[in-house]
Amino acid sequence: MKKLIFLLVMTAVLGLRTFAQESAAPTVEEIVKKANHTAYYQGFDGKSRVVMNIIDKQERTRSREFVILRKNTGQTDGDQKYFVYFQSPADVRKMVFMVHKHASVDQEDDRWLYLPNLDLVKRIAAGDKRTSFVGSDFLYEDVSGRNLAEDTHLLVQTTDQYYVVKNVPIKPETVEFSSYTVFIDKKTYMPMKMEFYDKDNVLYRTIESIKVEQIQAKEADQEVTYPTVTQSVVKDLKTGSRTEMTFSDIQYNIGLSDDIFTERYLRRPPREAMR
Amino acid sequence: MKVKWIWMTVIFFSIGAGAVAEENDGASPWQQLFSSVDVHGFTELRGGYRIRKDPYQKDMSVMEARTQLDLSSYNDWGDFKYKGDIWGDLVAEQGDYETRELWFFTRPADWMDFKLGRQVLTWGTGDLLFLNDLFPKDWQSFFIGRDTEYLKAPSDAAKFSFFTDAANIDVVYTPKFDSDRYITGQYLSYWNNSLSRRAGRDAYVYTDKPDRCFRDDEIALRIYKNINNYEYALYGYWGFWKSPAGMTPTGSATFPDLNVYGASVRGQVAKGIGNAEIAYYESADDQNGKNPLISNSELRYLVGYTQEIAKDVTGGLQYYLEQMLDYNAYLRHLSGGPKRDRDRHVLTARLTKLLMNQNLSLSMFTYYSPSDSDVYLRPNIHYKATDTLSVETGANIFFGDHPHTFFSQFENNSNIYAAVRYSF
Repeated sequence: MKKLIFLLVMTAVLGLRTFAQESAAPTVEEIVKKANHTAYYQGFDGKSRVVMNIIDKQERTRSREFVILRKNTGQTDGDQKYFVYFQSPADVRKMVFMVHKHASVDQEDDRWLYLPNLDLVKRIAAGDKRTSFVGSDFLYEDVSGRNLAEDTHLLVQTTDQYYVVKNVPIKPETVEFSSYTVFIDKKTYMPMKMEFYDKDNVLYRTIESIKVEQIQAKEADQEVTYPTVTQSVVKDLKTGSRTEMTFSDIQYNIGLSDDIFTERYLRRPPREAMR
Repeated sequence: MKVKWIWMTVIFFSIGAGAVAEENDGASPWQQLFSSVDVHGFTELRGGYRIRKDPYQKDMSVMEARTQLDLSSYNDWGDFKYKGDIWGDLVAEQGDYETRELWFFTRPADWMDFKLGRQVLTWGTGDLLFLNDLFPKDWQSFFIGRDTEYLKAPSDAAKFSFFTDAANIDVVYTPKFDSDRYITGQYLSYWNNSLSRRAGRDAYVYTDKPDRCFRDDEIALRIYKNINNYEYALYGYWGFWKSPAGMTPTGSATFPDLNVYGASVRGQVAKGIGNAEIAYYESADDQNGKNPLISNSELRYLVGYTQEIAKDVTGGLQYYLEQMLDYNAYLRHLSGGPKRDRDRHVLTARLTKLLMNQNLSLSMFTYYSPSDSDVYLRPNIHYKATDTLSVETGANIFFGDHPHTFFSQFENNSNIYAAVRYSF
């Protein structure tokens, strides 16, 4: 009898625990980790053609076109290498911007710029990551990802569609915002909207994923699909300008060699970047 | 000379390795061979005036209308590039044409690149200071305020690049010596030692330039390796002084033999990028400095540091030292004219600020030599009005205590310029 009671109790306890595990919402750390992975780290490597339209409040447009190659090199969701080959406008055509991104907060990224007219490989001092990327409303950090360890994360709301996470910088003096809120799709873990609040807690900047597509790829000989943002827009509510970014010709796991992210290919870009 | 032949052999065999064309399923044979040709270029108007009266030059420092055409074709088996400039020049009072680039590039093997033809070449770590980069510079264009692109004159050369795990190697063979575009007196006045005064259009520099193909040749070598993103390099050069560094007894300027051996390192230091470079200039025709008509050997040193100071503001500092060897021999054999110091120290400072979504750039580059007591300032304002139209204005300001020192000799060439460029 005692044995039976014991068994019953055990079953109940185990059952409850299983039940609890199934229904428990992921922790906020799990959410931001997965979102970071989805936004910046899918596949081993990837390629995309990018058209960027920078539109000021008088609707004057400047355009940038480039091909971006990316390769994950470090531990899971850690270091990465980026190769950005500019195609237009004319004054930056054939310029290459290369970054070896370091996930460690203590280590600065390594950056290079190749100027074809002078055949010059220039080393660029790692700078403020919250500086405009090629004069657009996107910042370096928007393009290559903000380190998760630089913010505290708080799950403020769970809606039918989104996990809503509020992020507060640990070193507020290093950034221009006081916090930002990210709306993360519950199914795909894609960040769909980011809202940045200034030091007076006024919303001043938003980034939206306008279009997400399922991109087919192969991973370890298996067919996989990676949800991928193919259109996004950042709006600067203070200046009234916005930048639209459209991605096309997206490919994952194309086997980019490590060599591509070296001086040899800065001086003569790989065909992956030129096609 | 022996070393040259070793490199000649390397080059010979490399050509033998050749390029292999890949199979391609296209329509016509032409299309199979060439992908589309990209056509680009720009049209530019540029004008500038001296801000001081120069008795030996026109008031105009630069006045030209220029069009550049740029054709390129990238194919699996190789790339082609053509870039040519045509311009009307009111200072020289003539129309002119120059092929800036005309080359073929191929990647015959995983471990090798090959580029043949007229090409612009750059290596080394200095910012507008060159120690181991012995490729031709166009100082004339630089000082009169043409686009910085023109500081680099093209070389007619073959560049072989080899990539191995141990290190990467670049070998550049120039069959016929490509000198710098030095100051001739046509566009810029300069210190003329035999006249003991500044001179210009009244006293062109006549040179006796080595010009025998495959005999008066140049070899430049770089061996480099990246270790944890610290870039190390060793350099070698066997050729000639790039600007006149000697004088024949009859008064023609010459380009004596020069060999250069050097090394550099570049990488992250604190929040910025640090670089250091050293070069030994062996004046091969005057090994111990006894010939007063030929420049002595030199040691050149450079250290530099660049950092982002604030958002969109970058600052850079460099210290450069040119040290004449066999200085006592130089003093003993000095025959009139102002004597130079053994050491020439130069400090440079660069400050660049980007504004208006990085469309407006303000920059200032300063050379200051405490030993020569002279200064060269290069302020520039560049604005991209649209994606195709840009305007810029700037100046080249020289001054100093003595009329013969490197920057000070150009004092009367101090100029301001402005340009508008339409790119397509």
